Amino acid sequence: MQPMRSVRSKTVVLPLTNVDTDQIIPARFLTTTTKDGLGQQLFSDWRYQADGTPNPDFVLNRPEAVGCEVLVAGRNFGCGSSREHAPWALLGYGIRAVISTEIADIFRGNALKNGLLPVTVDESTAAWLLAHPGAAVTIDLETTRLTLPTGVSIEFPIEAFARHCLLHGIDELGYLRGKLPEIERYESMHTGP
Amino acid sequence: MTPSTLFEKIWKTHEVVPETAETPAVLYIDLHLVHEVTSPQAFSALGSLGLGVRRPDRTLATMDHSTPTMSDQVFGRVPIKVDAAARQVRQLEQNAAQFGVELFDLQDARRGIVHVISPELGASRPGMTIVCGDSHTSTHGAFGALAFGIGSTEVGHVLATQCLLQRKPKTFAINVEGRLPPGVTAKDLILAIIGKVGVSGGTGHVFEYRGSTIRALSMDERMTVCNMSIEAGARAGMIAPDAVTYEYLQGRPRAPAGRDWDVAHARWAELKSDAGAVFDRSVDIDAGAIEPMITYGTNPGMVVPITASIPHSAGDAVADKALRYMGFRGGEAMLGKPINTVFIGSCTNGRLEDLHAAAAVLKGRKVATGVHLLIVPGSQQIKRDAEAAGLAEIFKTAGADWRESGCSMCLGMNGDTVASGQYSLSTSNRNFEGRQGAGARTLLASPLTAAASAVRGRITDPREML
Repeated sequence: MQPMRSVRSKTVVLPLTNVDTDQIIPARFLTTTTKDGLGQQLFSDWRYQADGTPNPDFVLNRPEAVGCEVLVAGRNFGCGSSREHAPWALLGYGIRAVISTEIADIFRGNALKNGLLPVTVDESTAAWLLAHPGAAVTIDLETTRLTLPTGVSIEFPIEAFARHCLLHGIDELGYLRGKLPEIERYESMHTGP
Repeated sequence: MTPSTLFEKIWKTHEVVPETAETPAVLYIDLHLVHEVTSPQAFSALGSLGLGVRRPDRTLATMDHSTPTMSDQVFGRVPIKVDAAARQVRQLEQNAAQFGVELFDLQDARRGIVHVISPELGASRPGMTIVCGDSHTSTHGAFGALAFGIGSTEVGHVLATQCLLQRKPKTFAINVEGRLPPGVTAKDLILAIIGKVGVSGGTGHVFEYRGSTIRALSMDERMTVCNMSIEAGARAGMIAPDAVTYEYLQGRPRAPAGRDWDVAHARWAELKSDAGAVFDRSVDIDAGAIEPMITYGTNPGMVVPITASIPHSAGDAVADKALRYMGFRGGEAMLGKPINTVFIGSCTNGRLEDLHAAAAVLKGRKVATGVHLLIVPGSQQIKRDAEAAGLAEIFKTAGADWRESGCSMCLGMNGDTVASGQYSLSTSNRNFEGRQGAGARTLLASPLTAAASAVRGRITDPREML
């Protein structure tokens, strides 16, 4: 994994609460055996009309959304299934950070393992972001601060080890494998239930 | 000693390395369940690193999500209709063979939905940590296990090390007291709980379902309750093991036997929250006040008693969007709304007791003209049991479509889908937009409500037909 320090981008705003992983990537696209190509199907049922043409009303299809790497959404983003295809689809499309007041547990873990930053903010910051699509923001992973174009800067919570791994490009599996002596010791003492 | 919760006891005995401010805990995993949809990328990752599966003896694979339910496709008389699904099935066969993982393949008599077969085998047991690349892994918490869904990267971590890096979640007591009224099922109970807690109320927490109502539930019912913990945002939900749990487990193929049973039984008896144990949050539910429940919107928290009317969106744009998608208006009654498809099955309600409940309503009755009733057993074992008990005959006589086991119409990725704009009354777990097929409109309810509504062709209070 490549080290990452920050994301600077304009935002694209999806003003919906409880955006579930079936919306992010519908189940019928989960028959793939790789991580590739899922960006095409991101938000498929909202993004495309029944005949397959882009839905001009959907935010990602508007000209101003081109190149935006930060998605702002309503409360409880990423709820539902454990499919890691959801962060793969967002990253495949070009989104590198998601901002919401609340991000579902499994989605958050999956996002962090792939270098997609889950950023939770307070209600008033979220309200400002939802009201200002296209705002140029900076998400600094080193200082764990989100800076708005108004100059307002707020700290966001992020699990310390995931942050360390992202900043230094460390693979968590490598770290876990480094614990194999402890794992073997544990197994020798526990026969399991 | 400080009193601890059931969750804390299991967590503590599985800490290989405890968490610190800088690093998460290394948590040992007793049982890893694998299926065809979320594992291919994990096996590829292992292959590219030249790693093997560290504990094949703690790993069990099956295929359920993308598999067909039509007998001729399952048994190879005709090809699997969905090409990509056929590739995924072959990929899991190859991976299982290459990595030495036990696989219940498409034609295995023990195959079924991953969360149905592991309990059925006696592989899911009290005190265990159980994971699977599927959010409904919370089902196994019904046995007093800590069971939760993980992503594909984590599937790879468990395959390679039998461990996961985890932060300790908080605890949340769901206290349920009283007796569920006649016609009100475990499904109605969990829908009522989700309605009360909200779809993100459990985020960051593990539920423990407690109280006289929970103790009175059978194992099939407990699994229905724990299954939908994730729909309230909780990764896991658990119930302390008791005599009901032990009776279910004893004699199952992978449950301990003889002296081993006695040893395990003695250890399991300690798996309960101590008197005075403190939960981070709690909620109290009165079981006697619960009615048959049904969803009206596009997440499981948008739920009402079946006799109620649809809440007004009151200017809330998101609620408005949900009602528009469903083709409903605030203030309309749920009862009497026409439906097109009824699905009875899934890891939520595809077990034998669910089929008995549906059969009790369908016996001597017919499915309404124009309604498709699809009944899909949770496993091949349940299929055989339902056929032996005469349930399948009741279903077929009523005009239902009786299939091979699998996830089927719960998630529309295996050929079983609901057409755009159609109403599906489903015993599954998610009514998200498009979950059962692009444009499909899903209403979640119990097997009793599903069967009663199939007979009338309209949303029906099952209490009228019992």
